[in-house]
Amino acid sequence: MLSYIIRRLGIMALAMLCLSLAVFYLVNLEPNLKRLAISQLNMRSSAQELETWLEKNGYRQNFFVRYGQWLGVMPKEPTLDPVTGEAVPRFSYCNETTAARYSGILQGDFGCSTKFRVPVWQRLAPALKATAILMFWVMAVMVPVSLLLGVLAGMREGSRTDRALSAASITTAATPEYVSGVLFTVVFASWLGWLNGSAASATNQGVSFYNFTLPVITMALYGTGYIARMTRASMAEVMTQQYIRTARLKGLDFGAVVLRHALRNALITPFTVIMLQFPWLLTGVAVVEVMFRYQGFGFTLVEAAANNDIDLLLACSLISVFVVLTTQLVSDVGYALLNPRIRVR
Amino acid sequence: MQFETIGPVGILLGVIARFWPVWIALAIVLAVGFRLRKRLGIYGRLHDDWAGLSGLMICFFWLFTAIFASIVAPFEPLQQIAIMKDAPPGAIDPDTGAVFLLGADRLARDVFSRMVFGSQIVLLIAPAATLFALIVGTMLGLPAGYHGGRIDGVLSFLANLVLAFPVILLFYLLVTPGVSETPIPQVLAGLFLVFPVMFFATLVSTRYSGQPKLLAPLLLATLVIGAWFYAGLVFNVDPLGLISLAPNELNIFVAVVFASSPGVFRIVRGLTMEIRTRDYVAAAQTRGEGPWYIMLWEILPNARGPLIVDACLRVGYTTILLGTLGYFGLGLAPESPDWGTAIKESSRLLRAHIHPALPPVIALMSFVLGLNLLADAIREQALKD
Repeated sequence: MLSYIIRRLGIMALAMLCLSLAVFYLVNLEPNLKRLAISQLNMRSSAQELETWLEKNGYRQNFFVRYGQWLGVMPKEPTLDPVTGEAVPRFSYCNETTAARYSGILQGDFGCSTKFRVPVWQRLAPALKATAILMFWVMAVMVPVSLLLGVLAGMREGSRTDRALSAASITTAATPEYVSGVLFTVVFASWLGWLNGSAASATNQGVSFYNFTLPVITMALYGTGYIARMTRASMAEVMTQQYIRTARLKGLDFGAVVLRHALRNALITPFTVIMLQFPWLLTGVAVVEVMFRYQGFGFTLVEAAANNDIDLLLACSLISVFVVLTTQLVSDVGYALLNPRIRVR
Repeated sequence: MQFETIGPVGILLGVIARFWPVWIALAIVLAVGFRLRKRLGIYGRLHDDWAGLSGLMICFFWLFTAIFASIVAPFEPLQQIAIMKDAPPGAIDPDTGAVFLLGADRLARDVFSRMVFGSQIVLLIAPAATLFALIVGTMLGLPAGYHGGRIDGVLSFLANLVLAFPVILLFYLLVTPGVSETPIPQVLAGLFLVFPVMFFATLVSTRYSGQPKLLAPLLLATLVIGAWFYAGLVFNVDPLGLISLAPNELNIFVAVVFASSPGVFRIVRGLTMEIRTRDYVAAAQTRGEGPWYIMLWEILPNARGPLIVDACLRVGYTTILLGTLGYFGLGLAPESPDWGTAIKESSRLLRAHIHPALPPVIALMSFVLGLNLLADAIREQALKD
């Protein structure tokens, strides 16, 4: 087991290295660098001025040197003031030092956000916290509801509950966040006026039922149908097993059979399914946070990408890839631990 | 500003009346389908099932709407009639007497016409991109599942790499004006286009390798059609002018294929690994058939059931992806009538007006719902066999 986890961690590190290199290449394409320089200077800067700015801030160094600097295996050099020849920090608002040093991801330095004019971590930490709060509530709504629905439907295959659930889950699977968000806002905010159509106040004034319900149900809806369907399939399969029939024939009542014999085995699949939902949830986070103006990780990611904020975008992609790969690992290891029939080498 | 309106009943009847070519086409398809349902295999059996039939009808409805868009829609998608700005549903233009069935948006364009023309964009890109993704995924998944070993290791690692990447980030990196200026979309399109050409060339050459008289013209036709697509898609210089994509559309197309082919790869790989152990594969191997003949003519036909179901679901998923792209304003022009862009435009102004938001939302939802119902019905029918 331990060697399996170590091997998986090795593959994970390799995957993150490859992906960060790909992202680094894409954000450093010539048109993207031009866009960055224009946003840092102004629209009317001449091509010469843009070029000077890029040159001065080290964007014209060799690609691999810069990747090494970002990673922390090459020293970051300060820029030299063209007049005095003195070393000055690249971006004063990020208190980068004036001496050459190794300072990259490996040293825990995520770099400097050119859009928000703060060190990347200072921007990302509150955003991650905000998204963690959102995800907590989404999970708190989605997991119990979907498991309950799935178990109820799978208990008696083909019953009326079962068919109603199938119809409902097909419908929610056809409702991406930007559709359900609009529908919920129209119904609950515009017509009924019960809830706030914006979660902007949740960022600084704290979460309340009034401003947070819409983002949470919007995000939970898409996953609920899917997880409920998976739970239903798994439950229905378990209910046809021999040991369930044996338990029923022993004279146990139906509720006890479901709770004691079926549930434990039926919940293995939903566990892995919930874990594998994360790549999609990240997209949902971006849609929901932009739609309801909630300043979390997804919002930051969209802002960083729209402004080609190189360091911030790299940090965002690294974190999201890390989250996805970690949940995949947890799902695989958890599956092996929960299911005694599976042994990993 | 106050408008004269035709009332809710008038709106409903007006909308139904505008769709007249679609109803006629649907009636024909339905009548033919019912008449021949005993002879049409799985497609015919879809008519027996309430869910399957409604899924089929919803998909055909949007298909015919896209085909007859210019007859169904009373206005052009970009036509602005300034006086009708933010007009409510059913408003009548005081100058011409034309009815804005579902109202007008912020820029005084007819919401109904835009929704109808939006279906053209969605129904052009989503199925085409899905088809490409299916072929790319199949061409890579078959050898990975059949041979296993190192090929499988490398390809699976690459597929997992793309799958580990959140879709939204992938789109933000691949579908930007900056990327459209570089040759990256053309290079990727050229790369993806290799697979269909290879697919059909291998398909033909493994089947007719013993009949050179048949093989030569078929291979030639494959290569000519492939070259034609190359000229149109990659270099945008189609001599016939039939296939042409604007640079931003090509960019979207490439990004969607890129994002969804690893999923197909995984499914095909899994199916191949399972089917490889069957007796008829062993029989073909004993006959001395080549690996590509076995993959394309023995394994692939037997994997078609799950693949068709996946293709249906995937067209719906691609539609959702296109909507996401539109919602974030990536790739498509801001005035484009596609549903995602329309949802983005109108959701910002929900506090003021809700009527421009609802038609694209309902259109997108119903189309994906139709595809999901269809996929579910096909799966049920396939399980009965």
